[in-house]
Amino acid sequence: MAPPSPRRPGFSRRAQYSIFIAYVVAIAGAVGALLLVLSARFDPEGHSALQSTAIDLTLPITQTGHWVGDGVDTTTGGISAYFNAASQNTELKQKLAATRRQAAAADQLRLENARLKKLMGIQDKVIRPVASGSLAASSGSSSRRYAILTVGADRGVKNGQAVLGPDGLVGRIVATGRQGARVLLIIDGGNVTPVKRASDGVTALAIGRGDGMLVLRPITSNAAAFRRGDVFVTSGSGGLYRPGVPVARVTQPGRDGAIAIPAADPTRLDYAIVEPVFQAPPPLPPSTLPDQEEK
Amino acid sequence: MARGYAPRLNKGEQHWAVLVIPALSVLLGSLTSVLPHLALYPLIPPFGLLLLLGWRLIVRDIWPVWTALPLGFFDDLLSGQPLGSSMFLWTVALLVLELCDRWMMWRDYRQDWVIASFLIILALLGGLAIANMAGGETSALFLIPQIVVSLLVFPLIVRICGGLDRLRWSL
Repeated sequence: MAPPSPRRPGFSRRAQYSIFIAYVVAIAGAVGALLLVLSARFDPEGHSALQSTAIDLTLPITQTGHWVGDGVDTTTGGISAYFNAASQNTELKQKLAATRRQAAAADQLRLENARLKKLMGIQDKVIRPVASGSLAASSGSSSRRYAILTVGADRGVKNGQAVLGPDGLVGRIVATGRQGARVLLIIDGGNVTPVKRASDGVTALAIGRGDGMLVLRPITSNAAAFRRGDVFVTSGSGGLYRPGVPVARVTQPGRDGAIAIPAADPTRLDYAIVEPVFQAPPPLPPSTLPDQEEK
Repeated sequence: MARGYAPRLNKGEQHWAVLVIPALSVLLGSLTSVLPHLALYPLIPPFGLLLLLGWRLIVRDIWPVWTALPLGFFDDLLSGQPLGSSMFLWTVALLVLELCDRWMMWRDYRQDWVIASFLIILALLGGLAIANMAGGETSALFLIPQIVVSLLVFPLIVRICGGLDRLRWSL
């Protein structure tokens, strides 16, 4: 005999109704959830408020375990460094010699630059970081690439601010809790960062692929092809990130855009600083121009 | 393997653990996404969903269908997916399982695994579609490792559910 299904409770009206109502609630709930998803597209702010509260509540778990993960990480890295140590040694020595020469040239340039700036009366604007914290966890099972930062609104962190690691740009804040914040990493699929090549300023867009790499797409079609090893920094256009922060290094040039590895490896990040939203200096007010002509 | 055929009458007072342990295990499964681990691409299986399916396949009448809504809501809060994504996908998964119960009265363990695999793949691809709709642009190819890991981990999850099932009745 086939087992009696728990969903067919016989002649009990009460049991039948309760099962029917469970289906109605479930289907109505599923439709409601779908509407919620659709509304997330048009109103991300309202949704992040709830998720920010969740960040605050789970931050203790994330923080206590952080050191464990950190230890394991450095151990495996340390062991793997022993392999091919000899070939790495010679390679590094060559690189060191080359870097020394470049550093000497750069020193000279820096000196000259400072002198010229003084001559022109340009004053560098110092950007003070809003806060500094550590990147604790990222969404491992979702296809979006978020990380959780251990500083939040009570230290002045706001949505849209840039997050920088020691090696370069990490991402930007998209949701702030009181003690924690969610960072949208630059490697997230669909996250677009305006960049330029450090050597000659050719502009491009760095688009996340979703697998830890970035795709660099040139903005102008006649731009010189990107080569392996080209370093890209933020261009500052769009006014989200300040210019000059390292973003990525090209590893695999392609026909329409190159694949690049992010300058700040998100898996090895300990500390990150949050910088205020960059605003490009406003253009000169038009009224000043005729005045000068009159004089 | 299936429990849930015990007589309904004269059951007496249930121990709190009978209800709490399954739900709590799913919530803990969802909590794995806040563990300190920085991932470059999605590789960690959705433990919350795996536990939900594991329990539901072992104990047929463990939950009414709407239970996926609160459990999915908790998962959404932590996973970084748009709110409502797991609520929707998990409820759909449980509804599909209700249909399966009607079509196939007698199932063995391997058939359960196939059904669960189908639902896991559906949920992961659905989650990707929802994430992409909300602003992401990740190719489905990057999900393949996560799908493979999830399918291989599932038997282990079922064993964990089985162990917890025995534990909750023995308390």
